[in-house]
Amino acid sequence: MLKKIHTHKRFQLLLATIAGVIFGFLLQKGGVTEYDVIMGQLLLLDFTVIKVMLSAVVTGMIGIYSMKALGLLNLHTKPGSFGASVPGGLIFGTGFALLGYCPGTIAGAVGQGSLDALLAGIPGIIIGCGLYASIYPWLAKHILNRGTFGKKTIPELLRVNPWVVILPLCSMFLVLFYFIEAAGW
Amino acid sequence: MSSNSAANLTLCRRAAVLLLAVLLLCCTTVYAEQNVPESTTVVASLAADDSSRNGSGIFGAERWSPYMCGMGIGILCWLIFLLADRPLGISTAYAKTAGMLEKRYRPRQVEQKAYYQKFPPEIDWECFLVIGVIVGAFLSAQLSDSFQTDFLPETWITHAGSTLLLRWITAFAGGIIMGIGARWAGGCTSGHGISGTLQLAVSSWVVVTAMFAGGIITAFAIM
Repeated sequence: MLKKIHTHKRFQLLLATIAGVIFGFLLQKGGVTEYDVIMGQLLLLDFTVIKVMLSAVVTGMIGIYSMKALGLLNLHTKPGSFGASVPGGLIFGTGFALLGYCPGTIAGAVGQGSLDALLAGIPGIIIGCGLYASIYPWLAKHILNRGTFGKKTIPELLRVNPWVVILPLCSMFLVLFYFIEAAGW
Repeated sequence: MSSNSAANLTLCRRAAVLLLAVLLLCCTTVYAEQNVPESTTVVASLAADDSSRNGSGIFGAERWSPYMCGMGIGILCWLIFLLADRPLGISTAYAKTAGMLEKRYRPRQVEQKAYYQKFPPEIDWECFLVIGVIVGAFLSAQLSDSFQTDFLPETWITHAGSTLLLRWITAFAGGIIMGIGARWAGGCTSGHGISGTLQLAVSSWVVVTAMFAGGIITAFAIM
């Protein structure tokens, strides 16, 4: 039955829109669509972004791996390599700090009225993506495949049952939340 | 016959574990909420006569607990994996938009680019997702009466002054750099940062570490 839903194009686009509305709503209510909150995180003054992201990760991880164990869904990990993941992440981070929004929160920022997001940020991101498409062939040939780790998950890498990673990791995050709150961040 | 009942038992066990895990998570979150002195929780904003609340009811609150929002996003991820058989990701929408725009002016070049073979420049799932995000944030802001057109964020003014042009240039340049970085890494803070890390993907954990390293260093450098 699920396969039929997955391949039904119209339903999928409706689902995407509804999912986006929920996502945008939650991001805005969480405060992470604000430049001040995001920069506050990068300046290590306001940990709202980490709280939102890690709460999502803990919840998502437990739910998705549970449903995977029940055979209800598949994972969709992205491939990576030292040539792709490290420079890409660092460059992203640089732009992130200059712009003060990420591709998701910038859409949310537009929704709440941030004109710097709409008129400067989004055109910039689109142009950046377009530029990347031009340099992609050279990068793919020389850099992107250096030190690949493929689509592996951490449990697969360590050759352990996923819950051996999930339970300690989530416990650690919950403790982290406690300390963040206790420190008043 | 016995293998069937054995399979059912395993399924029951797994379902029980799932239920326990969710219950544990909820209890822990609620406990953390109750013991937090000053955060803007849903409970606090309902109980107190909060002056930052501009609308009425839960949806009128300007802020919800970040933990609640995060949990909501996590549950949203469950549903997307289940119903759409894909991870929650955003940056692809921008890449496809770039392709679509370039296609209008230089269609033959777009056809030749290997990258657009991988990511066909057409309106797709992620584009609708991003449109939804804009709408959802708009709804949220309107309900709490906090929609406000704004070009200069306060933190920016404090550190860099009120010159509109400087903010525009920095945001634009930052956007370009971030766009390149997102596609180079194969995803952004949603695709890698949330969807990838919750799947325990090695690539995503590496990317997120690099993202925050780059972001924090740059933030400290410019501010």
